[in-house]
Amino acid sequence: MALETPDQVLVTRLDALANWCRTHSLWPMPFATACCGIELMATGASRHDLARFGAEAMRFSPRQSDLMIVAGRVVMKMLPVLQRIWQQMSEPKWCISMGACASTGGVFDTYAVVQGIDRFLPVDMYVPGCPPRPEQLIQAILDLQDKITREGTVAGREFERRAPVRALQELPILGQTSAIRARGVRA
Amino acid sequence: MDAVGLDQVTDALLRRFAGARRSEFRQEVRVCVPRASLYDALYLLQQEWGFDLLVDITCVDYLHYRGATERFGLVYLLCNTRDNLRLTVRAMLSEPDLTVPTVTSLWEAANWLEREVFDMFGIHFAGHPDLRRILLPPEFTAHPLRKDYPLQGRGERHNFTPLAREDG
Repeated sequence: MALETPDQVLVTRLDALANWCRTHSLWPMPFATACCGIELMATGASRHDLARFGAEAMRFSPRQSDLMIVAGRVVMKMLPVLQRIWQQMSEPKWCISMGACASTGGVFDTYAVVQGIDRFLPVDMYVPGCPPRPEQLIQAILDLQDKITREGTVAGREFERRAPVRALQELPILGQTSAIRARGVRA
Repeated sequence: MDAVGLDQVTDALLRRFAGARRSEFRQEVRVCVPRASLYDALYLLQQEWGFDLLVDITCVDYLHYRGATERFGLVYLLCNTRDNLRLTVRAMLSEPDLTVPTVTSLWEAANWLEREVFDMFGIHFAGHPDLRRILLPPEFTAHPLRKDYPLQGRGERHNFTPLAREDG
């Protein structure tokens, strides 16, 4: 049965409407700790112009943002801060791990640097590069928009069923990994 | 007071402290003093020879180093800003006694520098007003710049709880 709708009225699903709104108004929270932060700034600046994709409103308060962009290495002492900021962001929220260091620790395989923030946080998008070019970050944001469009629900059900899976495999630590496994500590 | 030269300073140190040794590398003069007279030597340099600037305190771990007899080399980099002199003072330490007197009474700058050496090497500075870790988190137990500490750590960086989505 065809539904009679007046002009200028569209019929859609509530999920699709919510996704449409969310997709085009991502508010990034720049967690920039290293040189990736410079590329992040360039992405937001006029030359690369993140505003074209509706994600230019960077907010330094986690309460006002819904997309955390972790740009740069995260040291062990910083990790509780990162986790707290993530918890302070309100749902729905997403996380982009920008650059080799945030994703894997990069070249900094030392006692102090976290070997990939996805060990301790849920990550939606990984951006490779050291540092990634602004185009790559824009591509990640576009991919994230695509993901929100495809998976998003107005009630946030897509977040509930997500088990904490790690995209990247744990690297062995010389002479230490077996001991850590034996103690049952999650690496 | 006439301008003093570095030779006068080192001669005075060598005369005063038995067992002190002078060496030089590319015009950088080093004096290695016995650890028992470390504070007295620094006191003398600050009070009488005008070394008013403490540039750095650092430490070298000579574990497995060829020909080394002592474990740690404690290094004080001093500067005399009036006569433009720079002097390196060293003292060698070995376990188990890794305690030396603090020089915070001579230079305020020593406060954080000694905390850093304590943090990274585990050298204790007796009399320091606030000897806490300065770079690493307080729950860290090791001293990571020691040569017997593994480069990738002992699993300290794994000790945080992973956050899942449902944790908020």
